[in-house]
Amino acid sequence: MREPTMKLTRRILMGAAAGSFLFSGTAAMAQQTELTFWSWRQEDKAFYQDTIKKFQAKEPNISIKFETYAPENYQTILSTALAAGRGPDVIQVRAYGNLETIATPGYLLALDKQNVPELVNFPEPALAAETLRADGKIYAVPFAMQAQLVVYNKKIFKDNGVNPPKTWDELMTLAQTLKSKNITPFANGTATAWQNETIVGGLLSSMLGKQFEEDIISGKANFTDPRFVNALAKLKDISQYFSPNFTGVDYPSSQQLFVAGRAAMFAGGSYEVANFKNQNPTLDLGVFPAPVLKAGDQALIATYYDGGYAVNAKSEKKDAALKFVRFLATPEYGTAFTNTLKNLSPIKGIKIEDPITQEVAKLAENSMSYLMLVRFRYQEPSGSVLLQSNVQKMLAGQQTPEQAAAEINKGIATYYKPFQK
Amino acid sequence: MGFIRRSSPKARPMPVSPKQARTLKHRSWVAFLVVPPVVFMSLFVVYPILSAFAYAFYEWRGLARGEFVGLANFKEVLLGATMAPTVWNAFLHNVYALVALMIIQNGGGFFLAWLLYKEPFGFRFHRVAVFVPVVLSTIIVGFLWKLFLNPNFGIINQAIYSIGLDSWAKPWLGDSSTALGALILANAWHFVGFPTLVYLAGMQRIPSEIIEAARLDGTTEWQLLKNIVWPLVAPSTTILFTLLFIGAFNWFEIPYVMVGLDGSPFGSTDVLGLVFYRTAFGNQSASIQNFGLGSALATLIFLFIVVFASMLTLWLRRREIQF
Repeated sequence: MREPTMKLTRRILMGAAAGSFLFSGTAAMAQQTELTFWSWRQEDKAFYQDTIKKFQAKEPNISIKFETYAPENYQTILSTALAAGRGPDVIQVRAYGNLETIATPGYLLALDKQNVPELVNFPEPALAAETLRADGKIYAVPFAMQAQLVVYNKKIFKDNGVNPPKTWDELMTLAQTLKSKNITPFANGTATAWQNETIVGGLLSSMLGKQFEEDIISGKANFTDPRFVNALAKLKDISQYFSPNFTGVDYPSSQQLFVAGRAAMFAGGSYEVANFKNQNPTLDLGVFPAPVLKAGDQALIATYYDGGYAVNAKSEKKDAALKFVRFLATPEYGTAFTNTLKNLSPIKGIKIEDPITQEVAKLAENSMSYLMLVRFRYQEPSGSVLLQSNVQKMLAGQQTPEQAAAEINKGIATYYKPFQK
Repeated sequence: MGFIRRSSPKARPMPVSPKQARTLKHRSWVAFLVVPPVVFMSLFVVYPILSAFAYAFYEWRGLARGEFVGLANFKEVLLGATMAPTVWNAFLHNVYALVALMIIQNGGGFFLAWLLYKEPFGFRFHRVAVFVPVVLSTIIVGFLWKLFLNPNFGIINQAIYSIGLDSWAKPWLGDSSTALGALILANAWHFVGFPTLVYLAGMQRIPSEIIEAARLDGTTEWQLLKNIVWPLVAPSTTILFTLLFIGAFNWFEIPYVMVGLDGSPFGSTDVLGLVFYRTAFGNQSASIQNFGLGSALATLIFLFIVVFASMLTLWLRRREIQF
């Protein structure tokens, strides 16, 4: 009912203040919807501000306030705000079990092809990462695919006349060659618990194989399967080529070792590449998938989706929020995201400039799930925690691969039906 | 009384004697002083404790409160197949920390205080120096020690290498047999100044005639410490032991900064504070937030501390001597 008056006011103001930036700005404000958008990515702030500007070029009546919180506290702050019936309109959320924590109580708006037609731009596994298992509905637009693989220093490889290995034996020989020349083959250390899981994903995926994942899901195999135990045994073998005193080397120290060019390889996430390059732009890096057991096997990387953009179910500005989320699902946005942040957007039809990201995208065509995160982070004890602590213990020489596998299996079997037969 | 009889009839509508007025003034003054802190304490201390206690009786799905489940959460914390082994493992580490810190931190503090009491050369400087780490933020101390203990470039291993004892060098925080000990030492380094200062104050309270008389009687240094100084600083001991007891079972910051939420490596440094945080708020690798179990654990830790700290205080009080 106030619409006509407002329009009139605006017209008068617009007319009166033609050419005056200040006044036209104030006038536009008069009927603007302001959204709040929460994220844990402080380091991507400039990119998001830029995205908001691009969005506003299309939707001048919507303005967006981008606010970030420290990653380790984000989930707590967000859950508390949502529980109190507040929280932002648009929310950057994580995926899988973490998403369920806030989607289960009904804090998020369910998305479908009606309210977000752009969902067709995403591959199935990406949407699955943002789907609540209980009701099968999608609650967020996915933003990034991550992969566990091996990052290597091209210069060190070239100087020592070695090439990225295809098979596990080649990797062992390569590591031996580097070590004999006093170069630390792998920068990795195991003191930070979660690094053990990334190491497993980066080095063992090809030996585990897609079939193993299927068998775990169907219950045909469990974690005492020889494929898993043997892969762990191989990991124990290669750990002699990790950084010196690796059981006491934490995540930041191992990163520094690699960034300083003192180690040739880093088994870990594709997200490390951008980070390494930021710290040392002179690094010439490449990536390769986990080596296969015997030539001819399929080489795999382990992939998962980081999270997505969701709409607060209690927001009073759902329409505007949906418009923004739809914008974040376009190939245009995906391309900008990938090229600016050097993180692979899962949106189909994006154009990738960065050669390493291109490489990762190509490798992702042959991938298995980053198993524990994708499948076993829904209940306690989480598969990730079990894998991390038992691999850590195995690599410290305090249990055998068989014992580690049995412990992991025992923990998961307490709640995972297919293992209880 | 006399005032009332002498008061004029005009004052009758407001029969307030000066004495009553004084009492009233006194009472409103007391109320003015007492009410704000009581309201503040109730709102920010009593209410959260009681609500945490109440949360422990419900099932939680994320942050949404579900059904009333009675004592099920407490049962899971103490006896459950998944949770209980973690909790008891952590509890044991808290007990280790308590015993070790009692000896190293409080015992060390006692001997440092005795050295300072005797006013050796430069004691003024040392009195300050010993206390400086206490003033530092725990986050900084944890970080600093994490660097010192780094297996490859930390000063501890460097020092060991430089004196040729290579086999003694270890990945301190990555070895399950040394990690908890390293945390305890870092904590003792951080806080040893506090018991030192409290004991020093306690020693300075001892009348000097007593010590002089003992010296004239020809006591050895050890006898003097054991039979005279130690019993006479009992009030300091009461405070320090009780505070350390509470601190040891609430231990969180140093482990959190130095080994992370998981009590790495493989649970060898896990303590109740870390278990509580992981259970209630989730961590990077578990994602599950369970306020019910978290609150149950917090309530149990709280009750344990209250009961045993009270008993400890009563027992320690009894050995205090008036002089």
